[in-house]
Amino acid sequence: MLKKLFMLIVAGFFLASCAATKTEEGGNVDAASTSASSSSGGEITAGTQEDLIVNVGDRVFFEFDSSELTVDAQATLDAQAAWLMQYPDTNITVEGHADERGTREYNLALGDKRAFSVYSYLAQAGIDTNRMEYVSWGKERPDVIGSDETAYSQNRRGVTIVSN
Amino acid sequence: MIKKILLILFFSLNANAALEVTIAQGKVEPTPIAITQIFGADSDTARYGNTLRQIINNNLTNSGLFYTVNEDLYIQSDNLVEKVPRFEDWKLIKAQFLLSADVSKTDKGIRLRMRLYDVFNAKEIEKLQLTIPDENLIRRVGHTVSDIVYERITGETGYFDTRIVYVSEIGPLDQRVKRLAIMDQDGHLDSHQFLTDGKNLVLTPRFAPNNQIVTYMEYKNNLPRVYIYNLKTGEREIVGDFPGMTFAPRFSPDSQSVVMSFSDPNNAANSEIYLMDLNTRSRLRLTNDSGIDTSPSFSPNGEKIVFNSDRGGSPQLFIMDKNGDNIKRISKGRGVYGNPVWSPRGDLIAFTKLTQGNFHIGVMDTNGNNERVIVRDFSLESPAWSPNGRYLIFHRQKRSNLDGTGGEVTIHFIDITGYNERVIPTPRDGSDPAWSPLL
Repeated sequence: MLKKLFMLIVAGFFLASCAATKTEEGGNVDAASTSASSSSGGEITAGTQEDLIVNVGDRVFFEFDSSELTVDAQATLDAQAAWLMQYPDTNITVEGHADERGTREYNLALGDKRAFSVYSYLAQAGIDTNRMEYVSWGKERPDVIGSDETAYSQNRRGVTIVSN
Repeated sequence: MIKKILLILFFSLNANAALEVTIAQGKVEPTPIAITQIFGADSDTARYGNTLRQIINNNLTNSGLFYTVNEDLYIQSDNLVEKVPRFEDWKLIKAQFLLSADVSKTDKGIRLRMRLYDVFNAKEIEKLQLTIPDENLIRRVGHTVSDIVYERITGETGYFDTRIVYVSEIGPLDQRVKRLAIMDQDGHLDSHQFLTDGKNLVLTPRFAPNNQIVTYMEYKNNLPRVYIYNLKTGEREIVGDFPGMTFAPRFSPDSQSVVMSFSDPNNAANSEIYLMDLNTRSRLRLTNDSGIDTSPSFSPNGEKIVFNSDRGGSPQLFIMDKNGDNIKRISKGRGVYGNPVWSPRGDLIAFTKLTQGNFHIGVMDTNGNNERVIVRDFSLESPAWSPNGRYLIFHRQKRSNLDGTGGEVTIHFIDITGYNERVIPTPRDGSDPAWSPLL
């Protein structure tokens, strides 16, 4: 069901004020609209980053100054774990990011804790740690440019990147 | 090099103290100084003289402690290196001090002679003669002469013959290209140099207090680690080669160790503070807490370390002994604290504080008392001390917008009294500035 919803959004259908579209999905839409733009209209190859973005969700979001996984985040990571089980040859790097409202150094530390939260959740869900790496980018690589809470909430994130 | 030249040729005739500038808390009334033309007999020496005069003038004026009396008012226009000034002419235009100099060519290089006079007491207070072996050293000589004048008149250590290492930034805010760069403290373009090529993200460079080595963080092969960069040899070397992220490096006062954060995968990637001996490469863990511990900075006597920790819930400032004992919170105000940096004089700690939607840069006593905000804006970061502990440099970033505009970031200089802020010019955007010791 959720998968279908994502497919619809990515395919460009306009869903006016859909109550089910929470931040998690917003993030997916955003990522898909940038990352998947190169393969315009083509089939999505299973087990790729694009597949992860469109059909599972590549990212989770964090509260301000927190590295705890929200209920929504855990649901996304459960789906990521299932997907990773399905494609056992896939390796990933988890990136941890922070918004710009903190010092560079504190945000590097926070980004690392966030990346590790995702990494260890996936490990507990049964993903072999040999398949996973994680890295903090602090506030150095925002996903959304802007100095307001809309941007910040999208930038406090953990992103799963298929590395092979 | 210059130091040696100075040691050989520098001679100070008058040991009597000059009128000292009163540096009370609050705004300082700048001292009026007249700087005559720096005379040269031919076109080359005249050009060197102009350059030197400009550098000295800029330095003294930028310090906020001097202003140069308008040249149009000068009554006497002579070279006053060998000739005694007509002090009453300089008194009349209210110049408290008077500097005169000339430049000539000798078979050993460029000879500079300088005289500094106390106008009100009608006497010479500093006399200098030096030979500059290479035209390329003119800028440094200008800074050195500025330091001599500044020290003689204010009684404080100078800071002009120093450099600033920083991160040069260009490109979209979500894919910023960052390079280490270095320049003279005045930001003069002729002195500007890039140290890295921008291929890897680099952050937070800091000078060693005793030599020309910089420690910084680099994402080499996407692994964020602490490195050192030897400015003399150009050699780069990893020092935080741990099985996890190392960051937030700073040198110990003897420049023999680097204190930094290490985010250990075996410790849930929680950042703790470590001390790395650069000679033995042995590392010592200093903190042990479930909160984030980062941004360590040594006291100049090497006995204490101030750092940033969220162990109490929100990020605050703490101090501890150099071995990690006796941890005490020192920040007392409301808000989120960060970036603590111990003053080279030892008496103050500079910091950033985020409260009510704005960043503040301030200073506090080392026990957290007498917190004082120096500057406030939407985004301020990375305070760094001048080697004499009187000034701070930092960066200021504008708000950015969804369309990718904004976010410009610039390096600023300010007196810790909160007066005399100015931009230090950089060819591109600049962030994370750090000051060298005196060269």
